[in-house]
Amino acid sequence: MDYGTYRGIYTIIMLLVFAGIIWWAYSKHSKKKFDDAAHSILDDDDIKDKKTSEKAKQAQQDLEDKT
Amino acid sequence: MSATSSITPNYNFDIVKKFAVMAVVWGLIGMSAGVLIAAQLVWPELNFDTPWITYSRIRPLHTNAVIFAFGGCALFATSYWVVQRTCKTALFSNRLANFTFWGWQAIIVLAVLSLPLGLTSSKEYAELEWPIDILIAIVWIAYAIVFFGTIVKRTVSHIYVANWFYGAFIITIAVLHIGNSMAIPVSLTKSYSIYSGAVDAMMQWWYGHNAVGFFLTAGFLGMMYYFVPKQAERPVYSYRLSVVHFWALCALYIWAGPHHLHYTALPDWTQSLGMVMSVVLFVPSWGGMINGIMTLSGAWHKLRTDPILRFMIVSLSFYGMSTFEGPMMAIKSVNALSHYTDWTVGHVHSGALGWVAMISIGSLYHLIPKAFGRERMYSIKLINIHFWLATLGVVLYIVALWISGVMQGMMWRQINADGTLTYSFVEVVAATYPFHFIRWVGGVCVVAGMVIMLYNVIKTIRSDKTADEGLSSANLSQANA
Repeated sequence: MDYGTYRGIYTIIMLLVFAGIIWWAYSKHSKKKFDDAAHSILDDDDIKDKKTSEKAKQAQQDLEDKT
Repeated sequence: MSATSSITPNYNFDIVKKFAVMAVVWGLIGMSAGVLIAAQLVWPELNFDTPWITYSRIRPLHTNAVIFAFGGCALFATSYWVVQRTCKTALFSNRLANFTFWGWQAIIVLAVLSLPLGLTSSKEYAELEWPIDILIAIVWIAYAIVFFGTIVKRTVSHIYVANWFYGAFIITIAVLHIGNSMAIPVSLTKSYSIYSGAVDAMMQWWYGHNAVGFFLTAGFLGMMYYFVPKQAERPVYSYRLSVVHFWALCALYIWAGPHHLHYTALPDWTQSLGMVMSVVLFVPSWGGMINGIMTLSGAWHKLRTDPILRFMIVSLSFYGMSTFEGPMMAIKSVNALSHYTDWTVGHVHSGALGWVAMISIGSLYHLIPKAFGRERMYSIKLINIHFWLATLGVVLYIVALWISGVMQGMMWRQINADGTLTYSFVEVVAATYPFHFIRWVGGVCVVAGMVIMLYNVIKTIRSDKTADEGLSSANLSQANA
């Protein structure tokens, strides 16, 4: 195959791949997965975890003291 | 209770702490070296007639220290932090991670020793000689094993987008470094590149521009996609855009190198290709910038009270500015004016001090108290002062060099009626003095900010542990065991 033809075909393939990526990223199918991923980093705070768990611990302690 | 331990694996925060503190230390040292050479351009006597601290030797030390020591340590720290937290698993290997820390510090120390001695391969941003290059390759491969090993053993199915950017940065830097550093050693301290002529130049700027694209951009975009949403406490503006952003950026950056070689011996078509790809690169760059800034939409009021968020958002503004300026300067006719002038240096610093340093500083202010188990930094007020010093410093710096650079370009091309040059070179040098002085003042502001940061970090680490501590230090002792 002529080098120019090869490059032409390669360019079209790359263009299609890129269009595919956009289609995949913006398809309805991926929406929920991506929304979940975007939120996933926000609920891993140590300090928050620690505070919630301490509060839970304290609540249980109080309960035990009462009984 | 057990709920806590089940959701928090034995994260290795120790390695994050070490890299984070060293990022601040090397940042201060590397930027101070920059201020020294900026001062030498105004007061040349400042080399004291000693070869070791002449401009030519300290300049590569400055670039290596700020890019690979400061930027590198910030990337190591944040990537180890982000990959563990987003994959909800501990690092793949603590021993190997420790090796990357001590190996990276050893490389930096070797650079600090060898560059002032004049030992250089003379390739810009890849000046280190071959034994150090081999050490870099080994440490980098260890880094890749730790990072990707951690991703493989993740406990969540999705790989968060920040890790994609960190991953692209790690893989590409390995390829670039090994490709460009191929050399034949003739002694322990001297080697010759296996490339020659125009091919050598093309290899060098394939490396050089992709060091900008993947070290100074993709890695720090990884930081942006984690730390901006965390600090703003909102998810990223569009996760879908971030996916397209990633692939577009990776596909395009790799072609842009030839714009460093306009009007040279490089074939004309290669120069034009590099120009076109550089101009197209504007699109994904701004896509990412908008994605970062718009994360704050509906929460702009946070900028009034949170200087850390301010660091991040201003860094993205500088990113947008320099990724508009860059494609412009890659256009051949613009480059004919800007090339070899101070404009280029100003552009680089708008990206390096405005974008790279500010996003790192913001991320470190977010990360350091958390890694050390403190509720917040010792002083928010000092962060605010640092923010204004950094912003003022960068603005002074780039405005001075814009004016100086355009002036140089205009004076160099000024021709008399008989075809002779209007200005001799030294006349142009003399005309740049006031602007180089302003640039030095800008640099001093930036360094002053780093001094404040180091003080703030030390006070934070030394402060009494808050009641919220405990959890992370328990993790740490487990990780160390």
